Amino acid sequence: MSETLDTAPRRTDPRTFVVRAMSLLSQLVFPILLGGFAILDEGDFDDVVTYFVPLVLAVVGANILFAYLRWRRLTYTVGEADIRVESGVLSRSARSVPYERIQDVSLEQKPIPRLFGLVEVKFETGAGGGDDIALTYLPASEGERLRELVRSLREEGAVAQVGGDNLAPAEQAQVLFAMSPKRVVTFGLFEFSLAIVAVLGGLAQQFDVLLPFEIWDWRAWREQLAGPGQWLAGLGSLAQAIGIMVAFGSLLLVGVATGVTRTALREWGFRLERSDKGLRRRRGLLTRTDLVMPVHRVQALRIGTGLVRRLFGWHSLKLVSLASDSGSANHEAVPFAQMEEIAPVVAETGFTLPGDGIEWHRAMPAYRIDGFLLGLAAMSAIAIGAALLGRADLALLLPLLGGLWFGTHEYLRWRWDLHAIGPSQLYVRHGWFAPSLAIAAREKLQSVEIVRNPLARLRGYADVHFGLAGGRLRMRGVALADAWRIREAVLESMAEQDFSDVIESRAVRD
Amino acid sequence: MNHADQLIALDPAYKSMVRLQMSIVAVALLVAATIAEVAISGWTGAVWIPALLVIAYALIRVPLRRYNARGYSLEQERLRVVRGVIFRADTVVPFGRVQHIDVGQGPLERAYGLATLTVHTAGTHNASVSLPGLRHEEATAMRERIRAAIRRDTR
Repeated sequence: MSETLDTAPRRTDPRTFVVRAMSLLSQLVFPILLGGFAILDEGDFDDVVTYFVPLVLAVVGANILFAYLRWRRLTYTVGEADIRVESGVLSRSARSVPYERIQDVSLEQKPIPRLFGLVEVKFETGAGGGDDIALTYLPASEGERLRELVRSLREEGAVAQVGGDNLAPAEQAQVLFAMSPKRVVTFGLFEFSLAIVAVLGGLAQQFDVLLPFEIWDWRAWREQLAGPGQWLAGLGSLAQAIGIMVAFGSLLLVGVATGVTRTALREWGFRLERSDKGLRRRRGLLTRTDLVMPVHRVQALRIGTGLVRRLFGWHSLKLVSLASDSGSANHEAVPFAQMEEIAPVVAETGFTLPGDGIEWHRAMPAYRIDGFLLGLAAMSAIAIGAALLGRADLALLLPLLGGLWFGTHEYLRWRWDLHAIGPSQLYVRHGWFAPSLAIAAREKLQSVEIVRNPLARLRGYADVHFGLAGGRLRMRGVALADAWRIREAVLESMAEQDFSDVIESRAVRD
Repeated sequence: MNHADQLIALDPAYKSMVRLQMSIVAVALLVAATIAEVAISGWTGAVWIPALLVIAYALIRVPLRRYNARGYSLEQERLRVVRGVIFRADTVVPFGRVQHIDVGQGPLERAYGLATLTVHTAGTHNASVSLPGLRHEEATAMRERIRAAIRRDTR
């Protein structure tokens, strides 16, 4: 069963170089076309042949040569205690990551590598910044093997126990959550984004040379409409109303289409499975990603929703772990589901949703009132400035609107921002616009801080900040006595476990 | 429930160090004020006098207030750090959550034989707590104490 580790340095798959060259060429096509047009505009075809073609060939050749050298010079070694990657053509660098520090191993397939059956293997360590090791590209089987290897080495702490044949992915996986195409499209409808509309508008302005008319020129539009749309113009204001509706309708359509497309690309074939290694998530239409999130590493859960989707009961579930700090992977376990579907996943992570027995608390009214008064004071200061400049209308309007806004906002926040402390978990509900619920295990927190600004000291409330590996968690405007009590309770739970157990969440010596 | 009485005060030399820091700022301020005073025709003292008042406050009151605002305790296997004159923060880190410990000394701190103890926990948000104004020997002793408390037999 056991076969000694092959610790010889290896190269990534040779086809990597082909993939690199292909994606490089696709990146070059655009500039080449643009350059080509620019030269063709000059009208002299001879110039194209004599200058342009050799130039392009030289650039492409140099890039391919460099890609080849890069591939030649990159080796990785699966050692006894760490993975080492040596790379660099001119300046060499060697990086080593001990198995114990690897939080997740994720596999990602972009469209071109996917054609060749290659994956990008990322070792997430939870180090800040983009300092994770990534191997591009390995055959899918090799990626799977590395993942298994890292996991078993980590868990057994013993080398040379990992054989080749007991790694067969034969474990029975239980599907926790999957999204049907219908669900993906529904999700896409809610992912409507106005940002893309703005981008399109900007692009239209950038490339208006390509369009047969001036897009921002109203008169030109009228002329365009003048031919077939003459009767429309005759309808007067009704026509204008129709025009505006058509304009908004098309913007809406573009926004919806973009949302659906983007979501489908990202979430297609979404599957979340429970395997013996943790929660395994696979998704993506063109770029397939395959991520395993070890359950015992989960520090907290975040359940989010949106303004509109809340009305339909759609929620999302994110896992917070040390690996979320690096920001390299999105740890969304369930992107879009009803609470009944989220509940089993939550149960699988070892957390529990707040039940009926939970005693929710609100922030002190004094805290909300102070927030309101501060907002009003800021508005009044601006209003005084406006009055001094002789804008009496603004001076009246600003405090009125500002007061209304801050009043409503603080009231709704008071109503919706809740926190509770359960026997083993903390719950923080935040926001009224797009409310989210954070569930953190008391014993997995890192530190507790009580912060009070001058106003808070005067009025007797405090903010409680919890140190959470991979995220932030805070309760605001808590009565001082409660803040002390919560801190004492949380510290009691924290004392029961050492850090190593928190991250591993398992007694190592048993 | 307020445990303010259990806090240990920093080394009194911290006051002198803050005063020295402040006097460096004060010199810069004084130079600026003098230039402004020369630029304004006549020796009015319109810049000088407020500047001197600020400097006096910074040298006499600020070190004392900072010193009084800070404190720490190591009770119950926890490091508790209290700080801030205007914005008060009171942080507790159990020894078991400490990832690594730094003892640092800047040039001024070295002159006074002081050190800053910084304790790091996992994560990136709010993940380090530093405690300045300890005697250097005290800081290293604290480091050893925290280190000894972190269980060694866990991976």
